[in-house]
Amino acid sequence: MAELKLFRTWSTPFALRVVWALNLKGIQYDTIFEDLSNKSSLLLQYNPIYKKVPVLVHNGKPLVESLLILEYIDETWKQTPLLPEDPSERATARFWAKFGDDKVLLSVWNVFIKQGKDQEEAIVTAQENLGFVERQLTGKKFFNGETIGFVDLAFGWLANLLSVWEEICGVTLIDHEKFPMLSEWIQNFAGAPIIKESWPPRDKLITKYQALREVYTSKEAPK
Amino acid sequence: MADEVVLLDFWPSMFGMRVRIALAEKGIKYEYKDEDLRNKSPLLLEMNPIHKKIPVLIHNGKPVCESLIIVQYIDEVWKDRCPLLPIDPYQRAHSRFWADFVDKKVIEVLMKISTTKGEEKEAGKMEFFEIFKILEGELGDKPYFGGETFGFVDLSLIPYYSWFYAIETIGELNIEAECPKIVAWAKKCLQKETVAKTLPDQKKVYEYVEQMRKKFGNG
Repeated sequence: MAELKLFRTWSTPFALRVVWALNLKGIQYDTIFEDLSNKSSLLLQYNPIYKKVPVLVHNGKPLVESLLILEYIDETWKQTPLLPEDPSERATARFWAKFGDDKVLLSVWNVFIKQGKDQEEAIVTAQENLGFVERQLTGKKFFNGETIGFVDLAFGWLANLLSVWEEICGVTLIDHEKFPMLSEWIQNFAGAPIIKESWPPRDKLITKYQALREVYTSKEAPK
Repeated sequence: MADEVVLLDFWPSMFGMRVRIALAEKGIKYEYKDEDLRNKSPLLLEMNPIHKKIPVLIHNGKPVCESLIIVQYIDEVWKDRCPLLPIDPYQRAHSRFWADFVDKKVIEVLMKISTTKGEEKEAGKMEFFEIFKILEGELGDKPYFGGETFGFVDLSLIPYYSWFYAIETIGELNIEAECPKIVAWAKKCLQKETVAKTLPDQKKVYEYVEQMRKKFGNG
């Protein structure tokens, strides 16, 4: 029988992508929770380059980088495909997942860690990026169409973590008026059974990120 | 029906070179359009409205953007010949990881070396060698990163070789002295016609970089 282990932390949204992918495909696996302030020797052995989670270990062989892990899972277990079959649609899916990580996540994170005028500027950039994403949902329930797929999992953090950050900052990035399709996608995605059952406890997330924001905002003089 | 393939590119771009090599490996005929990046064509802006960058592959009118995504697309569409990625899912993941490593690390450190001075520049140079030594470790004793044959990771990295003279001159470093295996690997790749015909001359790249630095006042 295949041996599958997932190294993760309780909160990282990147590991959640892997959890969702495995659960959607009905694949059994063991979970190892890491304390990133005291990384296990196994983690360092399996991911010597980045020393990060998530790491998926399949029959002793490590896979790292969440989006690459998702592609591996999709190629190894063919049920409930995450990526479309058509090469052009696959390229489009990969493009949006990359855009999500390279641009959207970074710009939203900048809103979270800044304040005053810097934050206002960060909000403009983040909403510009979210606008591109919003248009991808035109005529679709999920980015993948009728069912959850690769791009939905890539943007999963928008359906949960974003609202935690918004609450802490007192900023609304995705409001129903400006982003009606994204707002609806958030409801659909967050409420899907496989997704819902794996959200980390919200109160713990608030505590964690509240503390992080305090660290970032105390580094600067208020503007 | 004949395929219509157009590549929007810019001759010194390492990212564009990856696509050119992939197309050459697969023997695909295409129309090459060199963009003036200070005066981007309406076609480029239409085909890549989000990033407005090259390379963009336009296949039968549909655009594909981001060099590694384009290369994977080419591999999947023209799958009947010369595979660029391995067949085994674990080996594919491994190849994608290393191509992604190149993307995450190399450009950033090149920017650091070419735009900073003094201590920061020295730190950049150390980081550059660290990154390339990690790559040497991954290469090991294999002829190519792909093993016996030139593959996805080789294709992702080899375009940087055309920038080595520029990097060495501007960065004041000696890549062959510190990373002889990488330079030996690069020269081996250059024995392939597809690579040799694609990579521009190192001095030509250096002249272009110097021109840009003079214009925009770097270093």
